[in-house]
Amino acid sequence: MSFSQTANGALRRVPAGLIYVLVTVWTIWMFYLAASDQMGPEPINALEREYGELALKLLIASLMVTPLRNWTGINLIKFRRALGVSAFFLVLAHFLVWAILDVQTFSRVWEEIVKRKYVTVGMAAFVLMIPLAATSNNLSIRKIGPLAWRKLHMLTYPVAVLAGVHYLWLVKGFQIEPIIYMAVILGLLGVRAVSRR
Amino acid sequence: MAFRWTNDLTHSDVTPEAAFLNRRQIIAGTMGLGAIAAGFEAQAEEALEPNSYEDITSYNNYYEFGTGKGDPVENAHLLNTDDWRITVDGLVDNPGVYSVTELLNGLDIEERIYRFRCVEAWAMVVPWNGVELADILNKAGVQENGKYVAFETAVQPENMIGVQRRVLDFPYVEGLRMDEAMHPLTLMATGLYGRPMPNQNGAPIRLVVPWKYGFKSIKSIVRITVTDQEPPTSWSKANAREYGFYSNVNPEVSHPRWSQASHRKIGGGLFAKREPTLMFNGYEDEVASLYQGMDLAKFF
Repeated sequence: MSFSQTANGALRRVPAGLIYVLVTVWTIWMFYLAASDQMGPEPINALEREYGELALKLLIASLMVTPLRNWTGINLIKFRRALGVSAFFLVLAHFLVWAILDVQTFSRVWEEIVKRKYVTVGMAAFVLMIPLAATSNNLSIRKIGPLAWRKLHMLTYPVAVLAGVHYLWLVKGFQIEPIIYMAVILGLLGVRAVSRR
Repeated sequence: MAFRWTNDLTHSDVTPEAAFLNRRQIIAGTMGLGAIAAGFEAQAEEALEPNSYEDITSYNNYYEFGTGKGDPVENAHLLNTDDWRITVDGLVDNPGVYSVTELLNGLDIEERIYRFRCVEAWAMVVPWNGVELADILNKAGVQENGKYVAFETAVQPENMIGVQRRVLDFPYVEGLRMDEAMHPLTLMATGLYGRPMPNQNGAPIRLVVPWKYGFKSIKSIVRITVTDQEPPTSWSKANAREYGFYSNVNPEVSHPRWSQASHRKIGGGLFAKREPTLMFNGYEDEVASLYQGMDLAKFF
């Protein structure tokens, strides 16, 4: 038996719901750390970043599922929905921490979204994720039809690019992390463009 | 001691050293005392919550030691402050290379409790110890055509992870106009909370200009140069559209990527209310006259 077959056999016994459990526990744990003064002297920005960064990681993980299967035969497709939906809920948490705990008033939230480009871009990514999260269930696939559904879910690509730009745009000076994220995102989209030829 | 400046934040704004370690646990208990003190001290206090030694020394921007706020406290122990030398040159009568002791010779260290406002829209209150920059400049003897003062931070590539990663064009450089440099509020700080300056806060000696955004208050200074031209400054070199030479705290002039109208007070926890940012960080009475007739939106 090849490695990928062994891996796939083992993965078959792992329920996809485990991802939701882990992400939920982690999200609550992070909130607890921030609320109990265990996330440094300034927990608001720290929590915002924790949520945003894991959301980006999960989004990238969901984009890795297909290339990983193509290259190694390891099939994580059954986890992909959980990865994408979890990413959405973390973006929602990221947005709520920013809006309620950081910016704090509705008028200012709106002003920031309209005025600050990195916020506009992040907000656009969030809004584009709403139809994706809302249709991430079997009923929607049947109702919309698999082809149209797949087309709709290609929105994941611009969402990932917008998320990468959002991060690149908010840092000061030359910082390596957002550049690495962006490179990975563009790489994953590039792989798709090439394999589709 | 110069004593040309009287602290407007008083010592009751600074948590006593014995208490700051578990300030958050005892804060409820001291509310009553605070109320009594408030009646005493009139209203100069405002409702400013002081920052603990721990907050001040664990939440820093010192890009030579990494871009995360927690990076400097972790990495700055590598800063080598042995045998520190400061070059004083340019348009001065007494140029030379001085140790910190020589530089401060004859000057008394005093305490200044200042508001500190970062350009990233967070703020602290810090009890600095230091001398007025004016006293150092007067010892150096500024010549008549000296119009600006330029400063430079140490570069120790082998010790500084941020320098290795080229986060900015190092060495970090800053500058002040001569009247700003000579202003009695402008401090050369050698410590905080009565202790020697921690490495992550800019040991052994740093600038503190409380009415400007924090990045103007350059750390770990190795060179002070009096010039006749506006010197380049690091953040302005990195992004001139976002960071100007003056960088005075101004709630009405937004950073292109975020508002400067309010800030988060460090140490307030997850549910802290934003506070409105004051013009010149609350030092308007002292420094506004320096900028009379200047368009502060243009000279940001």
